[in-house]
Amino acid sequence: MKTSAVKKQTPSQTIGPYFAYGLTPQQYGYDFDSWVDHDMVKGLNNVETITITGTVYDGNAQPVDDAMIELWQDDGVHKLFGRYGSGTDEGNTFTFKTIKPKSVNGQAPFIHVILFMRGQLLHSYTRIYFADEQQLNETDANLNAVDADRKYTLIAEKKGDSYVFNIHMQGPNETVFFEI
Amino acid sequence: MSITTDSKFDIEVQPPYLDEAYKSTILRAPLQPLVVPKKKDITLSGPLFKDFKLGALDHDLTKNSVKDGEPIGERIVVHGKVTNEHGHPLPHTLIELWQANSAGRYVHKVDQHDAPLDPNFLGTGRCMTDAHGYYKFYTIKPGAYPWGNHPNAWRPNHIHFSLFGGDIASRLITQMYFPGDPLFEHDPIFKAVPPKGRELLVSAFDLSVTEANFALGYRFDIVLRGKNATPFENL
Repeated sequence: MKTSAVKKQTPSQTIGPYFAYGLTPQQYGYDFDSWVDHDMVKGLNNVETITITGTVYDGNAQPVDDAMIELWQDDGVHKLFGRYGSGTDEGNTFTFKTIKPKSVNGQAPFIHVILFMRGQLLHSYTRIYFADEQQLNETDANLNAVDADRKYTLIAEKKGDSYVFNIHMQGPNETVFFEI
Repeated sequence: MSITTDSKFDIEVQPPYLDEAYKSTILRAPLQPLVVPKKKDITLSGPLFKDFKLGALDHDLTKNSVKDGEPIGERIVVHGKVTNEHGHPLPHTLIELWQANSAGRYVHKVDQHDAPLDPNFLGTGRCMTDAHGYYKFYTIKPGAYPWGNHPNAWRPNHIHFSLFGGDIASRLITQMYFPGDPLFEHDPIFKAVPPKGRELLVSAFDLSVTEANFALGYRFDIVLRGKNATPFENL
């Protein structure tokens, strides 16, 4: 049953350039505890971990040095959340340590990405799929909702022990963003 | 399994990705149309904060980074209620806060504004909504500061808020402003919000929480997208 909204949503505003001491303080060396970081498997034993790295690029193909990337995954077994800023690592890369989610209801496994940065009045949503799940990626309803020639922007490449997932805000490789 | 959000960003009140008056959007706004996911799926649930432990002074920015004295500026107390669009309170959800000090200077190393840092004020904190969706925190009223968007550009006084709600669709980062700020009409970030939404970002002076001889009170209610009344029932 649908009921109509009675209150207007509070509008979004940009995270701005100065979020680090509030949202990712320990990563940036501020004297305030972080409650979350890029190690999403803390406290989990006997799990096979993966590393996901990437860079956020702007419309001039320049690395964005003040983005905040959040990952959220829930495969019914593990509900994991992570957060990292792009301003501390060489090349403005982000890195997350997590586990690869399982397939749920026959869908291809994926991780939600919530992306914030100066110059975004509203955050963006995308998804990380995995290159080594070719079969499920081919039949996945959500991936197939994407134009065939843009699907690759959602699929993290496997390079050695890690997956690489770059995010392009604009340009010929513009990442697919979702309306969530 | 939690109930998934069924509403979208409300374009009557939400800013667009691209607004050329706010120059940083020009190279950072997605330009292709957003793709609508085919299926609702359980992974739309979000992080859970039922057992989240706040630090003892996380909710008091006037005390949580004191080194050798009190922070300079006007003490304020900010409170409000967090609900969904149907008016149902969102209990036990995390609110993260950050802001400039009373001189308009952020602690962030990138901020080069020539205004003094305050050794006793970091300008960040956290609080949780209670069982009825209420939150309250203490801070110092932030100052206005200049930025490079256009000549003589100044941001109105504001406090940054980050909230989760019940799932990833209710995620919100916003800014709370103060009533009657003369900078509103000159600020492209505030004005990127459609006229109907702007007043929703402005707190109200509130004598009922103003503490005698101590701190002025402001009220700022927050409405998160979606219908989740009890976001944590999946645990």
